[in-house]
Amino acid sequence: MADPMKIRATVKGDVADVRVLMVHPMETGQRKDTSGSVVPLHFIQEVSVRVNGKLVLEGQISQAVSRNPVFSFRLKGVKAGDKLEIAWLDNRGERSHSDAAIA
Amino acid sequence: MNRRITLKFTAALAACLLFPLRAIAAWNKEAFQSKTAADALKGLGVGASTESKDIAIDAPQIAENGAVVPIEITSNLPNTKSISVVIEKNPFPLAAKFEFGEGALPYVKVNVKMGESSFVRVVAEAGGRFYTASKEVKVTIGGCGG
Repeated sequence: MADPMKIRATVKGDVADVRVLMVHPMETGQRKDTSGSVVPLHFIQEVSVRVNGKLVLEGQISQAVSRNPVFSFRLKGVKAGDKLEIAWLDNRGERSHSDAAIA
Repeated sequence: MNRRITLKFTAALAACLLFPLRAIAAWNKEAFQSKTAADALKGLGVGASTESKDIAIDAPQIAENGAVVPIEITSNLPNTKSISVVIEKNPFPLAAKFEFGEGALPYVKVNVKMGESSFVRVVAEAGGRFYTASKEVKVTIGGCGG
């Protein structure tokens, strides 16, 4: 089970600033561990953002995104209390899903 | 199991395998596994693109640590549908593609790894056309190996 994400979403007017931190090693497949063996490729491939169940943003990413990825997005037409759902899927088929209320 | 049921079952199974139950566009393997920026753009279906000042890229001129380079992108092009980030000198140049639905502003900030100094190219799709902008980031210590 993946660690939960940290989500912060604050609305000003009708635009919300969303910041999300995902806990993931984002291994490039090029790094070697202390014993000298290559650490296999392991990275998030897909990210989705939903507001009140509606898909508003999706991202496809590569191993070039930094370890423990942090993204900022901006959503419009939202208000405090709206439900934000963020999910990711990695190259091993592992998934994580977190909810937050826009504040 | 009689033949009709077997056929139905096979068809249903094939449908599940071919069309998984999700709306998300599948990860673009061809584009992400490209080893040159040109091939990555081709994989994304980017044909001719126009240089545009309406794409703002905020990234450090000099990044001391290539493992975490913050890149902030804002598109001021009307009807921006997607933003792709290509780090030209990375082993696999395509870093990310974001698609904005109704309800999301064409803005994203993401931390990326850079193996060496490189131009960071952003391609935005707006109104069925492609626009591009780039910014050079000098990297002191690369962030891919280690």
